[in-house]
Amino acid sequence: MPGKVHVTTTINGESVEFLCEPRQTILEVLRDQLDLTGTKEGCSNGNCGACSILVNGEVIDSCLMMGVEAEGQEITTIEGVASADGLHPLQQKFLEHAALQCGICTPGFIVAAKALLDQESDPSEERIRLYLAGNLCRCTGYDKIVRAVQDAASEMAE
Amino acid sequence: MNAFDYAAPQSVDEAISLLSAGNGNIGMLAGGTDLIAQLKEGRKIDLMIDLKQIPEATALSFDEDSGLSIGAATPCSKIYSYDVVQSRYPALVDCTSLIGSIQIQNRGTVGGNFCNASPAADTPPAVIVLGGTCRIAGPNGTREVAAEDFFTGPGQSVLQSGEFLVSIQVPTPAANSGAFFLRFIPRNEMDIAVANAAASVVLDSDKTTIQEARVAIGAVAPTPLLIADAGAALVGKAVDDEDAIEAACAASRAAARPISDMRGTIEQRIHLSGVLTRRAIQGAIQRAKES
Amino acid sequence: MATKTEDYLGITDYKVIGTRPIRHDGVDKVVGRAKYGADIDMAGMLHGAVVRSPHAHARIESIDTSKAEALAGVKAVITVEDLPLQEDKIEDLGEGAANLRHLRANVLADGKVLYHGHAVAAVAATDIHTAQEAVDLIDVEYEVLQPVLTVQEAMEEDAPLLLEDQTTQSLGEDTGQKSNVCTHFRHELGDVEKGFAEAELVIEREFDTATVHQGYIEPQNATALWAADDQITVWCSTQGAFTVREQTAQILDVPVSQVKVVPMEIGGGFGGKIRIYLEPLAAILSRQTGRPVKMVMSRTEVLQATGPTAGSYIKCKMGIDKAGKIIAAYAYMAYESGGFPGSWAAPGAMCIFAPYNIPNVLIDGYEVLVNKPQTMAYRAPGATNAAFASETIIDEICEQLDVDPLEFRLNNSAREGTRRADGPVYPRIGNEECVKTALSSEHYATQLSGKNRGRGIASGFWFNVGLKSSAAASVNSDGTVSLVEGSTDIGGTRTSIAMQLAEVLGIRAEDVKPQVADTDSIGDTDVTGGSRTTFATGWAAYQCALDIKEQLIKRAAKLWEISADDVVFDDGTFSSSDSSKTISFKDLAGMLDEIGGPVMGRATVNPSGVGGAFAVMIVDIEVDTETGKVEILRVSMIQDAGKAVYPSYVEGQMQGGVAQGIGWALNEEYAYNGDGLLANASLLDYRMPTCLDLPMIETHIVEVPNPGHPYGVRGVGEVPIVPPAAAVANAIYDAVGVRMTNLPMSPAEVLKALWAKNGGTGTA
Repeated sequence: MPGKVHVTTTINGESVEFLCEPRQTILEVLRDQLDLTGTKEGCSNGNCGACSILVNGEVIDSCLMMGVEAEGQEITTIEGVASADGLHPLQQKFLEHAALQCGICTPGFIVAAKALLDQESDPSEERIRLYLAGNLCRCTGYDKIVRAVQDAASEMAE
Repeated sequence: MNAFDYAAPQSVDEAISLLSAGNGNIGMLAGGTDLIAQLKEGRKIDLMIDLKQIPEATALSFDEDSGLSIGAATPCSKIYSYDVVQSRYPALVDCTSLIGSIQIQNRGTVGGNFCNASPAADTPPAVIVLGGTCRIAGPNGTREVAAEDFFTGPGQSVLQSGEFLVSIQVPTPAANSGAFFLRFIPRNEMDIAVANAAASVVLDSDKTTIQEARVAIGAVAPTPLLIADAGAALVGKAVDDEDAIEAACAASRAAARPISDMRGTIEQRIHLSGVLTRRAIQGAIQRAKES
Repeated sequence: MATKTEDYLGITDYKVIGTRPIRHDGVDKVVGRAKYGADIDMAGMLHGAVVRSPHAHARIESIDTSKAEALAGVKAVITVEDLPLQEDKIEDLGEGAANLRHLRANVLADGKVLYHGHAVAAVAATDIHTAQEAVDLIDVEYEVLQPVLTVQEAMEEDAPLLLEDQTTQSLGEDTGQKSNVCTHFRHELGDVEKGFAEAELVIEREFDTATVHQGYIEPQNATALWAADDQITVWCSTQGAFTVREQTAQILDVPVSQVKVVPMEIGGGFGGKIRIYLEPLAAILSRQTGRPVKMVMSRTEVLQATGPTAGSYIKCKMGIDKAGKIIAAYAYMAYESGGFPGSWAAPGAMCIFAPYNIPNVLIDGYEVLVNKPQTMAYRAPGATNAAFASETIIDEICEQLDVDPLEFRLNNSAREGTRRADGPVYPRIGNEECVKTALSSEHYATQLSGKNRGRGIASGFWFNVGLKSSAAASVNSDGTVSLVEGSTDIGGTRTSIAMQLAEVLGIRAEDVKPQVADTDSIGDTDVTGGSRTTFATGWAAYQCALDIKEQLIKRAAKLWEISADDVVFDDGTFSSSDSSKTISFKDLAGMLDEIGGPVMGRATVNPSGVGGAFAVMIVDIEVDTETGKVEILRVSMIQDAGKAVYPSYVEGQMQGGVAQGIGWALNEEYAYNGDGLLANASLLDYRMPTCLDLPMIETHIVEVPNPGHPYGVRGVGEVPIVPPAAAVANAIYDAVGVRMTNLPMSPAEVLKALWAKNGGTGTA
């Protein structure tokens, strides 16, 4: 059996080292080895977005990235979105707008929406819907999610 | 997922030696959006070769003489964010910006889309109508294959054992030209094309007559198809010649030989070949007029 | 709006109910800290995986586990032989029921596999990859049998039988006839033949609807530890910890007290997380290894082998008299039950004509075995299929009579005193109010213009359920209340339940600290399903608060050394006739140690005063006539909530139901190939709506209080999925003039209908 690979990476601003088998996805490493279970697994093949993480600021499905690929990258997970100062505006607006029901898709949505708002300060509703189309939510019908992202964008622009 | 080894070569030569040393069960990793999904579904490999450390495989550059070079491991979002692609190759924006989700576009590559060789792949028709070529590295050096000749069947390409796709070259668009790609999916995102189509046209200087035209369709045959008859039907015709456009659509429908599956029926796909061909031609003409 | 009844308090100045606090579990869920079932990790934990049938219908000839057992890291392999035998015994699941013998054979196939993905064996290994490798090493030999995939095929006399011992129960009697038809039932009201004979207009249509899945984003999971003292703990994501305990104990043949179920946060259910799948496997693998075993389904497994809801064949006929009243209605409803008995025609039959006052009705219902996974509830199970039939016929009637579809619905509306075909006479209901709200809505008043655009209307009904709930609460010294309840929280019910307690005690919603407890820590509580949780567990919280109030009145009396009869509690303050004696809830809570010690309230309820819910949907769509694709332009859902306790989440239920209903309407379906293999077991090809497929979803909450609840609460979760499929079909007709009778109305189907109408070949 092939040996494990030593990987050095940055996760939520901290330098992290781990050993993983080449066949382990970064999702598996985050959840099962690093206890970062906020990133969820919904479909395991890139069709639901529940496992969204940021790699160098860009949102990806962590189920479709291998752990070994994390070498030298900067990763942000849902656990790294809030700060010591409190919740990120997206997190606060998700709460205020009741933009979550069961909550399993919520980390993925917040991470994806953060990637959007980090790049664009005033996205249109259409743009938000396009950007978040890779994140499935089965509870909300998306209405309150889109409104929460819009509201967070306005607040962050102030 | 079965166990495998992982290697991240730093050069084309290193990748070629890894390929020749392997026993054939090798997975080439670019964005992983097809490969990793396939591994989870039971595909077995012994070695995963990650192409992302190879400069030629991740380069994205443009030169007025040689055109656009897209490294095989360049993610879609890098391509459609590149200002030259946005200004000169809008058909590449069309196809790279609708594959999967933003998450997929941040990982998935045109090179992977080619090598996976799905009949329904979204980037080949656009690359084909733009006259793109595939630069393939192998033990005996590098060769170039026209994009329309790259595919040999579902999941099959001209890549031989020991070879890999390094980059895709797309010539500089001619003056007064335009190209357009679109697909039909049941949802508005996150689907595999039921059918897709791309067209490119070069107009005369007063932008009223079509001088050159290429049409390609996908998801309606074992490989993406360059429809020579469709292009021929347009050449020399006025941009508003509806009969010529209908002749091109008829050529696409005639060339389509789809299957029925859970994504679409034969009748629907043949019909859509015509509908999408017309919309692609109209989109290409519009862009050429605006160029 | 409604006057006080025996149960309904008639309160008009709520302080907490009707407000929009931040949900109590919200922060944990937006920062990724909330623990769902798959987030469990334990020292020494093993990972399980399941061997599944590659065939839709086959006899198992042999299972060879030896190669798997020999693989390094594999700790246990089990088959059905490892599950205790079960007799025929019907187990009520709270929403649906199961015969234990069938439940066992669904958990692990017993001699025969009945659907693609049916579990055949399970393994536990040191890591998930090894477990999956072991699955590939288990050799199962099958004798492949002819699959039966539609109810029509399954009902044919010479159809292959799925269960050789299955006989038809017809009108309550066992016919002794071996058949795939498990059940035939009938509801009769008036004289339907006479009604049709008197009708001026009769329309009859046939409908086919595809099997669909709830599509919760979190796959099923279960982790079990069978300890050396034979105490079994199960951590899982479920709609009902108590039904998981009951089912698991039965399948393992142990007393319920030996099983503790710890409900983790649950990532969606919609009816699909009630039956057990993995729990007994994890438990037995744990017993065999002495280690905790975690099992998590892949998305493919979820789609192949959990409980989608029934596809159906419905024939529906309605007759209208001269006055434009529905005088007769008939429905033949055949629903798939999947590989084992138990389906959703019965609730469908309760809903199909429910919004209308119809004197003559006949409904024949059939539940039929097919080679698909055993069906399960899905949000108003059976009702969406039913409304698709009846509500599109209503639309056709309105067209033929040239009457406004909402005026027609008002003119024929069921109201208090109307008898439904299956028996019940309605108490006060809000159907008319919903229709009137739709009629006066800005959406309906706004003309829709544009080519190939159309508007559709449909009504829907769901009866809602009551069932058992328990709550316990303790008063904290800082004036807050810790509330423990047994309803797993799928969408904000901790808060909607806590608000009902807070309302009684005059404290803020935020001053209640609700938590969902395991089965050893709270009284029996039925599933979070049937739109019952805010209604019934909310009622338990209300009762629990009354219990606290009574005790605190006695404590205030003790404090003041007066009679408890002389203490009143109002708006959070205790007072007596002596105006100097007042004390707030908070201050009294801080003194409890000095006046008798801690105070706890408790309540168990099993309320019967369930209030049915009605809804009306307006939808505007555009059809691309070249591709058959339907775009949703605008949608409004109007729904009677009785009383919206937590309006943000009532709206959320309405919006979610609409979104699921639109998915069902347009693209969702189980696509089986001719061999009965599921071809689209992924979220790529099982096409649920993305946010780019939907517009904002407008909501109008109507509040006609349910006379059977203290606060007038009706269930709100399910009815919004009932109208969408029919409303979209009616809008398609309005847009392009084709009547769609099959679900989903996918682009290919709409295109086919357009070709049929326009006489095109499709390739012109």
